[in-house]
Amino acid sequence: MFKAKDYMSGETAWCPGCGNFQIREALAEALSELELPPHLVLICSGIGQAAKMPHYIRANGFNGLHGRALPPAVGARIANKKLKVIVESGDGDSYGEGGNHFIHNVRRNPDIAHFIHNNQVYGLTKGQASPTSDQGMKTGVQVSGVTVPALNPLAIALVLGAGFVARCFSGEKEHLKETMKEAINFPGYALVDILQPCVSFNKINTHGWYKKRVYFPEIKDSGDWSAAIDISRQWGDKIPLGIFYKKPRPTFESSLAILDGKPLVSRPFNPVEIAAVQDEYL
Amino acid sequence: MEVNILVGGAAGQGMDTVMNLLGKALVREGYGLIYNKDYMSRVRGGHNFSRLRIGPGTPWSNVETTDILVALNEETFNLHRSCLSPSGRVIFDPEHFELPEDEDRGVPVELRALAKEAGGAIMANTVAVGALLALIGLNIKGVKKLLDETFAGKEGVAEQNVKALTAGFKAAESYCSACFNLPPKAENKKRLFIDGNQVLGMAALASGCRFLSAYPMTPSTGIMNYLAAKSANYQVAVEQAEDEIAAINMALGASFAGVRALTCTSGGGFSLMVEGLSLAGMTETPLVIIVAMRPGPATGLPTRTEQGDLGFVIHAGHGEFPRAVLSATSHEDAFYRLNKAFELADHYQTPVLFLSDQNFADTHRAVDPFDFSRVSYNRHIAGDEEIEKPYNRYRLTGSGISPRIIPGSLEGEIVLVDSDEHDEKGNIIEDAKTRRLMVEKRMRKLNLLTEEMDEPDLYGDPHPELLLIGWGSTYGVLRETVDALTTLGRKTAMLQFTDIWPLPQKRLRNLLPQVGQVFCVENNSTGQLAALIYSETGLKVDGNILKYDGRPFLPHEIVKEVDEYVQG
Ligand SMILES: Cc1ncc(C[n+]2csc(CCOP(=O)(O)OP(=O)(O)O)c2C)c(N)n1
Ligand code: SF4
Ligand SMILES: [Mg+2]
Repeated sequence: MFKAKDYMSGETAWCPGCGNFQIREALAEALSELELPPHLVLICSGIGQAAKMPHYIRANGFNGLHGRALPPAVGARIANKKLKVIVESGDGDSYGEGGNHFIHNVRRNPDIAHFIHNNQVYGLTKGQASPTSDQGMKTGVQVSGVTVPALNPLAIALVLGAGFVARCFSGEKEHLKETMKEAINFPGYALVDILQPCVSFNKINTHGWYKKRVYFPEIKDSGDWSAAIDISRQWGDKIPLGIFYKKPRPTFESSLAILDGKPLVSRPFNPVEIAAVQDEYL
Repeated sequence: MEVNILVGGAAGQGMDTVMNLLGKALVREGYGLIYNKDYMSRVRGGHNFSRLRIGPGTPWSNVETTDILVALNEETFNLHRSCLSPSGRVIFDPEHFELPEDEDRGVPVELRALAKEAGGAIMANTVAVGALLALIGLNIKGVKKLLDETFAGKEGVAEQNVKALTAGFKAAESYCSACFNLPPKAENKKRLFIDGNQVLGMAALASGCRFLSAYPMTPSTGIMNYLAAKSANYQVAVEQAEDEIAAINMALGASFAGVRALTCTSGGGFSLMVEGLSLAGMTETPLVIIVAMRPGPATGLPTRTEQGDLGFVIHAGHGEFPRAVLSATSHEDAFYRLNKAFELADHYQTPVLFLSDQNFADTHRAVDPFDFSRVSYNRHIAGDEEIEKPYNRYRLTGSGISPRIIPGSLEGEIVLVDSDEHDEKGNIIEDAKTRRLMVEKRMRKLNLLTEEMDEPDLYGDPHPELLLIGWGSTYGVLRETVDALTTLGRKTAMLQFTDIWPLPQKRLRNLLPQVGQVFCVENNSTGQLAALIYSETGLKVDGNILKYDGRPFLPHEIVKEVDEYVQG
């Protein structure tokens, strides 16, 4: 049995008051409640403030390149299907630099839970616009304000056929934890977009700003895709939280027949046993 | 006594079918041969051709002279007529075009009409094979057997093809039966008829590679095709990534999780992988990357050959980290060499690059079966008792190699790797001392890698007056060149690099000062190996023989350039 605090390790380098702290706590609690031993959990991340998570949670970690958190996670899943694989990264990392991997892994549907710390800004590089920044937001680079509309990750994921699409808020920790647990247990790609105040660089979407707007709509049927699309498009005065859509479809791993049986990593190998593979060229 | 065959036509006319049938049948009979392809980056039209050269012995290179020209269209005849030997023959379809009046080497065979008679115009290539067999005086038994094997289970298809084959044989026989003498057989034992990409794919399987992620790019795609076809029976997962960035990062994830992983690409795709290469160096994750070169820059000549990425591959990636660069010289060597790449990657926990090119990838040759007992499989994974607990992924050691465990394999122990500079545990750090220690730890592995590099292969006169230096796929053509120059009375040798980085230097330092004339022969326009030799050893070659038109060297071209240099 591991308690939540057993998953907490390392000294954080986040700003006091940052929403990342609650996300970390929620994750530690979720892992503890799911009774997942640290050596069977793998957290993959890219680069950014959110992406530092593997250093602060006791589990296996692959802290890779900016934007490239998903591909190693997929590779690791194929190599060892016994690992619970979680991807933790920022909005810039996941939707900007890593946009192509986001799109194609929703399609691929690997058994991975993807937790995006969406602070609507590039935190680590000090406050430039991210793909989810609201229009009009002024930054040191977007000096006249963001001109392009924000990307809607939940709607995109739904349109691409994601089986699990949720939005949380770091300020609603209990809900976040429960959603994380469901996402981790969900067979397939599970997207949890987590609204996360960045106290240092996002002066618009503050804790109070979110707090005032978030609400939990009643979701009658989480398998109703059209209803999910409608909810996912709500943004502004009211911002819905919850699991908007949940309906498993065959996972990437299940489509790979060779993954039946032992994990690839545990299979023995001896070159001489396959020497006959060359006979087709005789 | 050798026989050279050239089959040419438009893309889509199936030159490959002809060469694959004929080549395989000949190799089964015991003949030594080599066959390579010259093709355009298009699916239909244009001009493609293949050359097949039959012994004596097993040729190392194709040559320009053509004994039998199979002209599937008029353009082929016009383009290659000048290379046809005086006693040569041209197989052509009189329904498509006529040879000029002054051309008396024609063997008209109604390829299309005979194929239609046999059951379908699509079998025109089989008719051509029949005609070729008649000309070289080989009965149709071998090819018939191949057709039976190829179309087993497809009702009537084999029979129709055999009919086409026989028709082609008979039609050509009446013009010239066995007018070419096949050379003596090269070998009595069974041999493989295999191309470079298939050799590399098989070598990956033999090395226990369990994961390939890649994005299609000529001329590397054949490796993907090979492994994909073997996936189910040989337990290798093959994933077509969304781009090369994903390809290398997926492979790193798989390798981190404990399986042998591979990615393959060509120069453009490798450009996209470069940040990932640096990540492999920083995280100390084993990875083999095959870079099958084609002419650049940018998209360049997609289906042609060049050795233009040597410098790029040696220096690619930001920051400093150890790597090894090996290359494919011959089919025989490349099989074991790629295995060495996997072994080095696992042993030194770092990326190993393997350079191939279109010339190697697409060349078929008759080779002895590979000895799988010579293949190594050492994963260098530490056991429970070999690690200090709690486990630290980046433990500082004298060798620079930290014991590696597989995540999930030991209860209570976790593995953390990081793209940021890190401490022994794998956690981000910024302090100067740890940074220095980690840089030194990683770079210590480069010294060890230097010891692992094989000296370049020396072939020819032990006391040469003329030395040709090369690397990679020019091995074959240089051997033929050395033989040709030796026959001309020149004391010639060649030095061929297979392991290139860290540059093995002993032989160079011994030999170069003793030889009167040294030339570096490369398929690029700047002489990248010559530059590397100079920068690493201060030794200069006397001249560069370079070819950068996208085509592989032919022996006579090198002989000619040597002559020009020597005569000043
Ligand atoms: C290839 C590359 N480009 C740019 C950067 C610089 N960079 C690091 S993090 C980051 C943005 C981070 O934003 P986000 O992913 O939203 O994470 P946050 O810090 O907000 O949690 C950028 C641009 C980098 N490390 N690598
Ligand atoms: S910069 Fe923003 S996101 Fe980063 S730690 Fe500080 S508050 Fe959090
Ligand atoms: Mg962000």
